Amino acid sequence: MTETKAIPCSEAVRQLWDYLDHAIAPEDQEKVEKHLSFCRSCCGELEFAKEMRAFLATSTAEKIPPHVKERLERFVERL
Amino acid sequence: MSEAAIRDRTKEGFQELVLTELPALYSLARRLVRDGAEDLVQEALLQAFRAYGTLREDGAAGRWLKTILVNVFRDQVRKRSRTVDERPMGDLSDFSLYRTLVDEDPFPYSDTLHTDFLQVFDSEDLREVLIRLPDIYRVPLVLRYMDGFATKEIARLLEAPLGTILARLHRGRRLFEREMWAYAREAGLLTKERAR
Repeated sequence: MTETKAIPCSEAVRQLWDYLDHAIAPEDQEKVEKHLSFCRSCCGELEFAKEMRAFLATSTAEKIPPHVKERLERFVERL
Repeated sequence: MSEAAIRDRTKEGFQELVLTELPALYSLARRLVRDGAEDLVQEALLQAFRAYGTLREDGAAGRWLKTILVNVFRDQVRKRSRTVDERPMGDLSDFSLYRTLVDEDPFPYSDTLHTDFLQVFDSEDLREVLIRLPDIYRVPLVLRYMDGFATKEIARLLEAPLGTILARLHRGRRLFEREMWAYAREAGLLTKERAR
């Protein structure tokens, strides 16, 4: 069995969003997890990355002004 | 394709289908362009109407329309500029918003510093930050994290290799976080009144 190589904080942080996206190779996933198991600061980075993703995903949609909506509806009707 | 899922591919069917999608389309357009969101939506609607026969499921209309809008936007960007503004990482690679907030501690009495920081941004502030980013970073970021497109789908839509999109997402996130911090300071979002 090969032991997972340790990675520095900079490398772990660089991969956090891809880690959350499951967009990194399984061996890199393991390296990030191993790093997170002992690094409190990077665990904080991970929590913040999760919060930021939720913030973006749930951010309020840009409101369509009534006059723009009306113009677009008229545009659709004229097609 | 079930019968119930299909509406008549008529002009009236198209109108009925797209009217409910107008707010979402406009919202996406506003996040993609500083000016001209309405024009972008109109051009997308025009192209969607021409391609209406290719829509297989009415239930997929929202994503179908957004895809067309992104295609129109991509083509407009290409016409405007032949060169791609690949901003070098430079000192960006060392920036961490998480650490900056810990170091600068803008809300000294807060037990939830990072959450509080995000909460001072309303939708207009968020748009201002997004619009500051170069197109090549903003577009993948908006599509992936705000509109829920898969990374592979973004690569296909923007006609770029998957590795390029992943790299732009990475740089875009760093740039976005740095601009959030800069904007929060410039716009006075870190005052006590805003950070209630």
